[in-house]
Amino acid sequence: MARTGGMNDSILNVERVELRRGARSVLAGVTFAARRGELVAVMGPSGSGKTTILRAIAGLETFHAGRITIGAVTLEGGVALTGDAARQLRREVGMVFQFHCLFEHLTALQNICLAPVHAHGVSPHAARDHARDLLRTFGVDHREHALPRQLSGGEAQRVAIARALAVNPPLLLMDEPTASLDPARRVELGALLQGLLRQGRTLVVATHDEDFASEFATRILRVNNGVVDLP
Amino acid sequence: MLRWAGDPEGGAPFVEADPAHPEQIVGLDVEIAGVIARGLGRTPEFLNVTFTSIDQSIARGDADIGLSGIEDTPARRTTLAVTVPYYEFREVLSVRDADAARYRTLADLRGRRVATLGGTIAFEILLRAERDFGLTAISYDDDVHPFSDLTIGRVDAVLLDDVLANRRRGTIAGFTIQPETVATAHYVGVLAATSVPLRDTINEVLRGAMRDGTLERILRKWRVWNDDQPRLYARVLAGQPIPPYVVSGGLDTGTSVATMTRWEAARRYLPSLLRASVVTIVLSCLSMALAVMIGVAIATGRVYGPRALRTALLGYVELMRGTPILLQLFVLYYGLAAAIRLPAFAAALLGLALNYAAYESEIYRAALEAIPVGQLEAARTLGLNERQVLTLVRAPQAFRLALAPMTNDFVALLKDSSLVSVLTVLELTKETQIFATNLGSWVIPGSLCAALYLAMSLPLAALARRLELRWRAPAE
Repeated sequence: MARTGGMNDSILNVERVELRRGARSVLAGVTFAARRGELVAVMGPSGSGKTTILRAIAGLETFHAGRITIGAVTLEGGVALTGDAARQLRREVGMVFQFHCLFEHLTALQNICLAPVHAHGVSPHAARDHARDLLRTFGVDHREHALPRQLSGGEAQRVAIARALAVNPPLLLMDEPTASLDPARRVELGALLQGLLRQGRTLVVATHDEDFASEFATRILRVNNGVVDLP
Repeated sequence: MLRWAGDPEGGAPFVEADPAHPEQIVGLDVEIAGVIARGLGRTPEFLNVTFTSIDQSIARGDADIGLSGIEDTPARRTTLAVTVPYYEFREVLSVRDADAARYRTLADLRGRRVATLGGTIAFEILLRAERDFGLTAISYDDDVHPFSDLTIGRVDAVLLDDVLANRRRGTIAGFTIQPETVATAHYVGVLAATSVPLRDTINEVLRGAMRDGTLERILRKWRVWNDDQPRLYARVLAGQPIPPYVVSGGLDTGTSVATMTRWEAARRYLPSLLRASVVTIVLSCLSMALAVMIGVAIATGRVYGPRALRTALLGYVELMRGTPILLQLFVLYYGLAAAIRLPAFAAALLGLALNYAAYESEIYRAALEAIPVGQLEAARTLGLNERQVLTLVRAPQAFRLALAPMTNDFVALLKDSSLVSVLTVLELTKETQIFATNLGSWVIPGSLCAALYLAMSLPLAALARRLELRWRAPAE
């Protein structure tokens, strides 16, 4: 694959990130970058640190050394995330969890509208319209009044993606998106993600699904024992 | 062996723990029980029974005779075998020294609060005086707190036996006993209705003790002998009928419920039971609302607060859960009276709320901690701040988990609210107890009371179930 630009059009820069849990080193100097319109697949065996990389980028884990830059936001190793930095960071990064983590007490539509209305000051009416557009785009508009436990795995995932996209982050992180999908749904997901790339979004996907990665990723990173093996 | 029942709590001079040897009991009734036992050729054995339960305890055969300054009443004569009276006392009015000139009789106490011991002749008289003179009758569970509350101004007068009033004047200063007699009444021994032969033998023993001066000696020793007693003994020994009690001056003594049919009595009492139910439901709802608010604050503090706050809140929870609510109510109402003088209803509401808040907070804390961390992280990555994560995601889900145990607690609170009668709040259980005491039976009052409690708790449980069902939409 040809490089289409230098570091300057990188939307995500991860530099020598180290993270320990007690004496155990989870990330031992992870470095990589992702550009606009890229789908980076982070691959590796279970426990290799794939998910931890995503969580560090999303600001859910404090790392001990190194630096992560997402758009205009920089996270420094050893520095706890403050309220202001968190607010900026959340505008840049969205995350879709492996088990979706939809809010159990809210319907599909309410799940999607919650953050735009309460965290980003969008009017409830506009948020609803936008949420319905997203649900329609992902083919789950008929499920807008369903509660999370009433959704199938594939439906829940689409709602979770819609929820993350509702606040319009340029960078979307996804943890094991194909884990709960049958082969047909996996192809549909791939198509959906490619649509997002065409809109100019960047995706970083942690997965151990080789077929999915080789088919849809624009680049594959292999993580082993907390280190990215350079290709 | 002669088993006799009495209550040593605040029971001076009838039955009390010996100040020198607290494991022993002393009192004029202890000595009279001794006289009776000797006359029967038996040895006395004491059974400790709460004053308000002595009648029921005797009726079910726990002891042979009850002796504890027990009043002769129409109800007792109907449902139990009552001995001849061995003492005549006067119901007298006690007022604060400053009010001695203006509150001389019940008629002077319009709009005022007048205290007495619940379930007594004095309480019956006060209930009639409520109607006739427009005063408010306040029922206490013991004969000490009416006087202490009188001196600190929670009530304006106390109507009680002269024996008790004189006794209290020795320990509590600041009140005057009015000379006018409101009623005269008698102390008797009570036996089960089936024990008429034993009662008759005991009557002979008591008459003998009146004749040979044994009773006079005992009553003089306890300093309650006066000129009323020889007159009473003369009438008893002459075989004259002695009415249970005589109310002097102005009050319509009406018909006692004991002489009505059971259904007539129930019809008469139903309005006051319904009124008491309103007290119960209002008190329960308000204290639950307050308990929920305090509980939410405690739970939030315990989950999100700094270590010192968490420790302090844990201490509060353990203190409130680990000590009896009855003790807490007593401390709040009587114990703190020197510092803050809470009105009875406010103290009851606050006491129940503070106690239940501890239990509620544990439910909420457990529910908050049961929400998967993924839910919170998902909310954070969407840009919600910590406060929004709590109010929009964590708390609403926790509330659904907490609903069932909360409903449970509310029903428990509904019933625990009966404890506040010790603070003189006349709620459903207390009203039922008064009804049962005056009627001499628990069957109808108990059934009515149970029906009223169920009428309050069942709709609530149904509402909670409906909410739960709505939140627990079926998975597809």
